[in-house]
Amino acid sequence: MTGVIQSGLNCVATVLAAIPVRPTAASTIADDVDKLHFTLTAITLFFTGAIFATIFYFMIKYRRRSENDRPADIEGNLKLEIAWTVIPGIICAVIFVWASSLYFRNSRPPAASTEIFVIGKQWMWHLQHPEGPREINELHVPVNVPIKLTMTSEDVIHDFYVPAFRVKKDVLPGRYTSIWFQATKTGTYHIFCGQYCGADHAEMIGWVYVMTPTDYAAWLSGGSRNESMAQTGERLFNKLGCDTCHVSDGTGRGPSLAGVYGKPEKLRSGETRPVDETLIRQAIVNPNSILLPNYPPIMPTFQGQINEEQVLQLVAYVKSLGAEERQKNSK
Amino acid sequence: MSTLVAPVNEPPSPSSRVHYLNASYGIRSWLFTTDHKRIALLYLGSITFMFLVGGIAATLMRLHLIEPQGALFEPGTFNKLFTIHGIVMVFFFLVPSIPATLGNFLVPMMIGARDLAFPKLNLLSWYIYIVGALFTLYAIIAGGVDTGWTFYTPYSSSYAHSQVIAVALGVFITGFSSILTGLNFVVTIHKMRAPGLTWFRLPLFIWAMYATSIIFILGTPVIAITLFLLALERLLHIGIFDPAIGGDPLLFQHLFWFYSHPAVYIMILPGMGVISELITCFSRKRIFGYSFVAFSSMAIAVISFLVWGHHMFVTGQSIYAGLIFSVLSFLVAIPSAIKVFNWTATLYKGSISYQAPMLYALGFIGLFTMGGLTGLFLASLATDVHLNGTYFIVAHFHYIMVGGAVMAYLGGIHFWWPKITGRLYSDGWARFAALVIFVGFNLTFFPQFMLGYLGMPRRYAVYPAEFQVLNVMSSAGASILGIGYLIPLIYLLWSMRYGPPAGPNPWRAKGLEWETPSPPPTENFEEIPVVTEDAYNYAHSGGETRG
Amino acid sequence: MADLAAHSAHPPGFAHQFEEMDQQRAAGNLGMWVFLVTEIMFFGGLFATYTIYRSLHPQAFEIGSHLLEVQFGATNTAVLICSSLTMALAIHSAQTGKSKSTIIGYLIATMILGAAFIGIKLYFEWYHDYVEHLVPGINFVIRPEWGHSGSQVPMFFCFYFFMTGLHALHMVIGIAILTVLTIMTARGRFSSEYYAPLEISGLYWHFVDIVWIFLFPLLYLIGGRYGSGVH
Repeated sequence: MTGVIQSGLNCVATVLAAIPVRPTAASTIADDVDKLHFTLTAITLFFTGAIFATIFYFMIKYRRRSENDRPADIEGNLKLEIAWTVIPGIICAVIFVWASSLYFRNSRPPAASTEIFVIGKQWMWHLQHPEGPREINELHVPVNVPIKLTMTSEDVIHDFYVPAFRVKKDVLPGRYTSIWFQATKTGTYHIFCGQYCGADHAEMIGWVYVMTPTDYAAWLSGGSRNESMAQTGERLFNKLGCDTCHVSDGTGRGPSLAGVYGKPEKLRSGETRPVDETLIRQAIVNPNSILLPNYPPIMPTFQGQINEEQVLQLVAYVKSLGAEERQKNSK
Repeated sequence: MSTLVAPVNEPPSPSSRVHYLNASYGIRSWLFTTDHKRIALLYLGSITFMFLVGGIAATLMRLHLIEPQGALFEPGTFNKLFTIHGIVMVFFFLVPSIPATLGNFLVPMMIGARDLAFPKLNLLSWYIYIVGALFTLYAIIAGGVDTGWTFYTPYSSSYAHSQVIAVALGVFITGFSSILTGLNFVVTIHKMRAPGLTWFRLPLFIWAMYATSIIFILGTPVIAITLFLLALERLLHIGIFDPAIGGDPLLFQHLFWFYSHPAVYIMILPGMGVISELITCFSRKRIFGYSFVAFSSMAIAVISFLVWGHHMFVTGQSIYAGLIFSVLSFLVAIPSAIKVFNWTATLYKGSISYQAPMLYALGFIGLFTMGGLTGLFLASLATDVHLNGTYFIVAHFHYIMVGGAVMAYLGGIHFWWPKITGRLYSDGWARFAALVIFVGFNLTFFPQFMLGYLGMPRRYAVYPAEFQVLNVMSSAGASILGIGYLIPLIYLLWSMRYGPPAGPNPWRAKGLEWETPSPPPTENFEEIPVVTEDAYNYAHSGGETRG
Repeated sequence: MADLAAHSAHPPGFAHQFEEMDQQRAAGNLGMWVFLVTEIMFFGGLFATYTIYRSLHPQAFEIGSHLLEVQFGATNTAVLICSSLTMALAIHSAQTGKSKSTIIGYLIATMILGAAFIGIKLYFEWYHDYVEHLVPGINFVIRPEWGHSGSQVPMFFCFYFFMTGLHALHMVIGIAILTVLTIMTARGRFSSEYYAPLEISGLYWHFVDIVWIFLFPLLYLIGGRYGSGVH
């Protein structure tokens, strides 16, 4: 008999041991998020347990003993009502402040982040490093370096999710979203698509490879293609004929793009917008929505002629023009 | 086998009296009835059927997920299964469940009226529900839908090759069924209360129905127009929601969730109303903090319209919008907490018995507490980032919808079954089933909290092998839960023919509905009662009728 | 029994779930108002979406608006306002005990005005738009003279057809209700004591009118008509 119980317990123990409780924590924010998560778990288990225990206790203590029981006639108790309104209120307020400040901190990438670009499309991830290497469903990053991912979709809404880093963001067609992380441990971690996107949604998964800085540098320079995103973008810029209007000295029919990135631009509609990835992308795919005061609306749209990856390469090129100008001027 | 409290004299068999069930015979007397009680039974049959459809989908899903590479289906088929499960369970089971069955039956009786304000409109509501359900069943048979019950664009508007339009129209049509039911309840509760029945003497079930009806009226039209726009977009490719032709996919999400968040309160508020009735009857005490529970129902209904953005925290919406929706989502948790504490306090110094309805009610309180508290993880911005789109969400809402709403529904059906059918059922089997359901439920969904936290996304037809153990546990629980749901089907149906006759008030409960014979006559009351006391006035009588 | 005695004293049209005629009238009125609230939410979702797209594409909406024939929209507005007047007069006649033919006269006048509204819309506006290739999803042609916002003009027309179409559907339902009311009046069902269906239908008719009062400027009067506006 004890043998059966023993093997039964062994079985349960093996099963329980096979159940992980906490996912790998491999980023700078993972521990903070987990602290909040476990605090909430404790609160949940405490109150659920307390309610269940109270119910059990009352069920037994006040069980019906006869049909002639005279239960107490209690209408209520204002003090208790206030207590159990205010105390949960305070708990909620504390959690809200804690969670929101953590969220705020986690939403702002450090200024010196390395930027990597992500394009989701049914049903794979394209990742592009600015130095040139392109990956599919894999992301190689160095450890202890803040990484900013700028992301868009070619088709439907996807979601880039790395559980080990505790980061997730939807990836939308027609606009850019971004997240950042800093990996703290080398290793291999899941990438999942976190927003249902059709037939092979569950196959749209991959791996993040976090490497030591030396390994990463080696990986970056290895491989056949060494052209940076900006260089690819430049070739595309010329091939598509952008350079015929956007002449760098400003003598073309379109504005010069040297040094425009990051600066505010006043549009014909009167509003002022910063020249960022979003504006540049919009100018390429829907130029008539970004009209400038001193230029006629003659730029053709390139929507349908280039994909999101190529848009990002052009964006990278335009970004690099500013850097070159500043370098030239500082010489 | 335990018995209910038996009345002193053996009541007459239901067939020896004229009541609403035998007042007329034949299919036309049912299909053209305007009696709210018969309409409630028409709904009961229809939603039970839809529950089976949605339940079969769930069973197939859980069986498939026993293996990491999927045991049974192609991913495309799995995607259709979870979509159908969601659409059928939300729109065709949970939303109508308690309001259209127990609400339709009990609202007039609890307030001392002969019927709802607009009986023909009530019948029309049922027919509209049936038409919507037929559209959806057609869609299932004609190939299914694979967009998820949330229909996110542009996948649903421009990419899915499935019966999106048929289902969108089905849900659109059924929405009008809810709107008319809500309208009927609001007018009935305002205008047809018996003399002496002031607002603060109403049973809390009525307050819950009223609050739910507010949401029906204000929220459902918005989902109707949203799904109509989606169908139009799919048909004509106009570009309302598809960014490739100038539309905004997030606009769809805002419009969709503006209804669908309040909808989840449509699904839980009636259950909370049932629990108030059960806890008081089976502890033979008035509810603790009546006005707090009543006002909490109204507060939940109002605040529910202000929190929809918490479904969109990771869509790239502004951080400030996130903050506002987060704080409001915490706020909406407070009235629910107040109710849980009040129900628990009602047990204090009561005289508690453990028949099946009470077991369901007590299970509800615990499971709803857990489900509600896990909502805090999701209202918290920092943790929601990690948990959104994972099985944690699935577990959270199933704790509330299944551990909460369905348990309350079953508790209510068991409680009012003698009134509705005039028959008693076996309480032993009922308690056994309640226990099986409780165990099966927890085994199904607790592992899903863990799966979600570990990172397993939802709506995955295949998954990494490290998640298998928890998935198998969940599937094992689901089989137990499925069996648990089938048991009541058997003994309740059996009781309709062979169960001993119930008297007017087998539970010795307070409430106008218990002052009529079981089953009640078509006109409910021979004379409209005059109400002179508060609800749940258990302390001042041994269960006799009030005059 | 008390009930039976009361029953024979109730006027025709009394429904037995109620205890008193007053209660029935109050319930009917409240029911219609609640229904109108749901209609506000229904149209409201549409208006909200319209607002968002108009603020995103102001030029396209203005171009589209100018392509509409404002004279027909204005005529229709006058037609509807008159129909609300005749409807109110019909109810007033019932209330003050006027003859059946007076009531029927006003009801039929309302129906004629409603039908005129539909007729003007169908023939002078929608058919005309069809001929001009302005129906999205069916035969829409983007004209070069619209310039750079041209690609968004179909969106305006989408809202135009959907919003006025939904409104017209409500009008048609209203005319059907008026037909039923006319028949009921002819059969002598109404009197100065019992005219609740007229009153409730009147509420519905006025609501449909008010929706049009909002639609007209939002669709037909964008950007002014005479000389102002961006081009």
